[in-house]
Amino acid sequence: MKLIDQHTKKLMEDCKVKAREAGLSFDKETLEYIVTNRDLIELSPKIMIPTLYDYWVHDVQLLQGKGKYEVYPHNPYETVINTRPGISFYNDNNPDWLNVMIFYHVLGHIDFFQNNSFYKKTWNDDFAGKALADKRLISKLRVEHGRWLDYAIEFTRGIDNLVGFFNELSDTNKPQETTMSKKVNFYFDVFLQQVKKVGMTQYLKEIDRYNNTLKEFPDAGETLFFSSVIKEHPEFDSLFEKHVKEAKKTKQDLVEYVNEHSEFLNKEKNKWIKLVMGVVRDTSVYFQPQIRDHIMNEGWASYWHEKLFLKDEMMKSHEIDFAVVNSKVMLMPMIGLNPYGLGWRLWMHIEELADKGKLSYEFQKITDSKERKKYDKKLGKGMEFILQVRENFNDAMFVNTFIDQDFMDKHNLFVVGKRINAIKGVLEYYIRSRSAEEYKKMLNDHLYHPPHISVDESKAKEGELYINHHFEGKPLYAKFIPMTMMGLEYLWGNTIKLETSEIDPHDAQRINAEAMEILYSTGILDIDEFLSKQKVKYQRVLYTMQDKYLSKEILDEEPKQHDLLLRW
Amino acid sequence: MCGKNDRILLHTRRRQLKTANLECNMTKSKAWKLYESLKKKGLLPEQEQKILQELKYKGKHKILGYPPLSHLEASGDLFYYLQELQPYLLNTNPQKYNDLAILQGMKPKQSAHYALQTLDELLERDKQREKDGFPTKIKLGKIVKPGKGKKGKIIVVPVTSEDKFIHDDKFGMGGMGEGEGGTGEGEEGEVIGEQPLQGEGEGEDGEAGQEEGDHSIESKAYELGRILTQRFDLPNLKEKGKKSAVKQYTYDLTDKHRGHGQILDKKATLEEIIETNLGLGNITGNEEEIDTTNLIVSPRDKIYRILSREVQYQSQAIVFLLRDYSGSMYGKPTELVCTQHLFIYAWLLYQYEKLVTPRFIVHDTEAKEVPDFHTYYNLIVAGGTSVYTAFQKVNELVEKENLAKDYNIYVFYGGDGEDWYDGTETVNEIKKMLTYTNRIGMTIINDGYNDSAVEKYMRNSGLLETNESLIRMNSLSQNATEDKIIKSIIDLVSE
Repeated sequence: MKLIDQHTKKLMEDCKVKAREAGLSFDKETLEYIVTNRDLIELSPKIMIPTLYDYWVHDVQLLQGKGKYEVYPHNPYETVINTRPGISFYNDNNPDWLNVMIFYHVLGHIDFFQNNSFYKKTWNDDFAGKALADKRLISKLRVEHGRWLDYAIEFTRGIDNLVGFFNELSDTNKPQETTMSKKVNFYFDVFLQQVKKVGMTQYLKEIDRYNNTLKEFPDAGETLFFSSVIKEHPEFDSLFEKHVKEAKKTKQDLVEYVNEHSEFLNKEKNKWIKLVMGVVRDTSVYFQPQIRDHIMNEGWASYWHEKLFLKDEMMKSHEIDFAVVNSKVMLMPMIGLNPYGLGWRLWMHIEELADKGKLSYEFQKITDSKERKKYDKKLGKGMEFILQVRENFNDAMFVNTFIDQDFMDKHNLFVVGKRINAIKGVLEYYIRSRSAEEYKKMLNDHLYHPPHISVDESKAKEGELYINHHFEGKPLYAKFIPMTMMGLEYLWGNTIKLETSEIDPHDAQRINAEAMEILYSTGILDIDEFLSKQKVKYQRVLYTMQDKYLSKEILDEEPKQHDLLLRW
Repeated sequence: MCGKNDRILLHTRRRQLKTANLECNMTKSKAWKLYESLKKKGLLPEQEQKILQELKYKGKHKILGYPPLSHLEASGDLFYYLQELQPYLLNTNPQKYNDLAILQGMKPKQSAHYALQTLDELLERDKQREKDGFPTKIKLGKIVKPGKGKKGKIIVVPVTSEDKFIHDDKFGMGGMGEGEGGTGEGEEGEVIGEQPLQGEGEGEDGEAGQEEGDHSIESKAYELGRILTQRFDLPNLKEKGKKSAVKQYTYDLTDKHRGHGQILDKKATLEEIIETNLGLGNITGNEEEIDTTNLIVSPRDKIYRILSREVQYQSQAIVFLLRDYSGSMYGKPTELVCTQHLFIYAWLLYQYEKLVTPRFIVHDTEAKEVPDFHTYYNLIVAGGTSVYTAFQKVNELVEKENLAKDYNIYVFYGGDGEDWYDGTETVNEIKKMLTYTNRIGMTIINDGYNDSAVEKYMRNSGLLETNESLIRMNSLSQNATEDKIIKSIIDLVSE
């Protein structure tokens, strides 16, 4: 892989100037590489970052179908990666005008990476450098431990989609003023109220005493205060430490928890595995924000590449070329979802709303559609507003806040339903709904959401790891459960128990029978309609992995009903 | 849901179905008559039930690219059918869109060739996994895209999966309207697209498989055979065969000879002439045009093509692959049998260095031979079951074409153990077969608990004990993994 030539680099530096003038902001340095198809074959499984650690599975084709998008929801074939400096890739056959257009798109992405607050955790790291260091560590460990290193990677990757991305983010967001010493918080919030259960007067006295002590001794006030507390309540310190430990545990994600508390890993000869787990976890955390803003990010980059390229000189002789490429990018298929097209249209929509002042309560009160169309306060705040949105939103927020019925109508969007028509012997796709609410529901289903799994210490017997899948409407994919649990057992060194929900098979039979009845009697089965009306019984089950052997037992006496939420 | 037009269609359709039923009954009358004759001889109630179930199944033997509606009707399992249908649906996962493809038209693919280069290493790793106590990760039998014709494009690519705790995406969220997005004109309720679920002939492949160019099953199957032999220690079949390579000679004009021969090879001769003249200094090689009158032709320059004798090796072995494609084989049993037969074929190719001729026979209440693996693999199941017809067919073919004299013959049968007959005919046919085959292997896919009809009568016949070196039988359960399939093959072919 080589860097682009001087001529193209100059073109791109000019692009940066124009982009900054238009309102984007990003670091000075960027790197551009020429890449051939051959390079791609070798690079792509490693998420386009050449320094990412070597793992043999990257050499084998991932199973088609199941697991392809769920396991790597973040598509590995990006054209730009979130490193410092930002690195982007260009085909060695591209003409200049195409490279310019792509570069504007790339700048849009870089601006997004460097301004959207969900990426906060990546702003200070040199990921490429860190990845290189990690890669070297992994190679060294591979020499020392051989295949056991690859097992460690494999088993950690089995749970790396459950990392506490949002936990980490929320830590960075707490305003300084609210961080009082944990000890003080504990004393007043928990110790006095719940443990000692003091009365109101006593409580207020303590608050006064604390404030006075601090006033008198601004430096050492807290220490003095607590030394007197301990004289009265000698158990305070140990209780406080216990509390801190508990709090820390609830904040730990599964990977961290196993890393810290596994007896097997805490043995001297196994401690190197903890390093590996750290590397895999960090890599996963790094990519979490990118999985969750596909529509927004691509829309943003498309918006800017169109806006800037249309003004660029390159456009003058390449209108048709640009039109051909751009139309493919922005195309909204009759059946399906193009995140580029949707994102771009939504950004344009938001800008227009802000420009015309339609984001106000006054506008929302208007119900007459003609008036709504005419409404234009000419505020001109569009650009300002979208720059803010790009800072603070992610896909879920973006989609749910801004898709309204006006947007649906303007762009002719609808939800597609499917039904089996046995009379004609076909599967029919039909327009199910043009409502914004329904469309948003459909979109929400497509957004990335890993299962919510947490450790439950109270239910674990001696030495076990008990994890709880909090049921949110979708069960786990059963075929993957055995191997993931076997990997966990290895890392934990003891029995693993997984509590989750599964469809009650008798109920599934009932639904099948009803469906066939409808099909035979009328010849038509509207699958979406039929399934959305079903209430299905889910039962709570417990999987146990012990000594590489998996067993399952049903926990519920009575299966509970939920809405059957089937997408197919 | 049912509009007026639909109701009219419904009536028409019902009439059509009734006629079709009659037609079915007429063409199936052979099967029906068979049933009636068996009934006269006496059937146990459970036997009768199984027979009737297969008779009711309305499917027809076809090759389709998608799971037909008859699958749904046969199984009555909506969830399973939806799962089968999923790869063929028109939907676009938004994650499929990416910058490289959209903006630069670059679609990076992993080539099978590149993947296979590292295969040996990966297989070593897998072997080690088993020793360490973990299930193997490389799955071999992934047929990517069965193609048409003699040189079927069946490509076997090693694949693996990365297991994680993830949601089963069959189940969606959102109350109502799990579906796809769409754009365009039209009223609510309007149909905007259709996909056929019933039809004649070839369906379309909805799945976006990987294009790999013209690889025939031959080359890839050969690779697979090597892998299977190495990885699973499949025994190298000794030359128990009575026939060694039959040498046949052909004569053709491929060899070159200086001096004399049948036909002058003009191009090669010209090259020699130029070389000679360069050496002599008549031409320098830098001229615009060469004056041919100045060239000298030496007698050694002439190059001829000469008729010569070439050895042509004939195929040494014929392997008959038999499978039951009756209605009861719907779903998993057919998958398992076809995977196992692919493996067997591949392994034999490796053993005999590609000198194997496969022949494919399918049977329901009658047996017929099909021309290639693609057809063998893809024919949709339907009809009743008479196991003896398959073995009878093999015996017929061997006798008619006088194959026993010149070839080593192997017969492998895969089915679910159901049989309308009580087994006497089957056992007779097999006895005939034992006189000339090297090995007969039978694999029965059963429910894991009870012996099936075929297994029972085969055991009762005593053939398996008296002829242990010639005939083997074993069973697989419906959820057998690749490993179990391979273990079963080892069992069938070992010494």
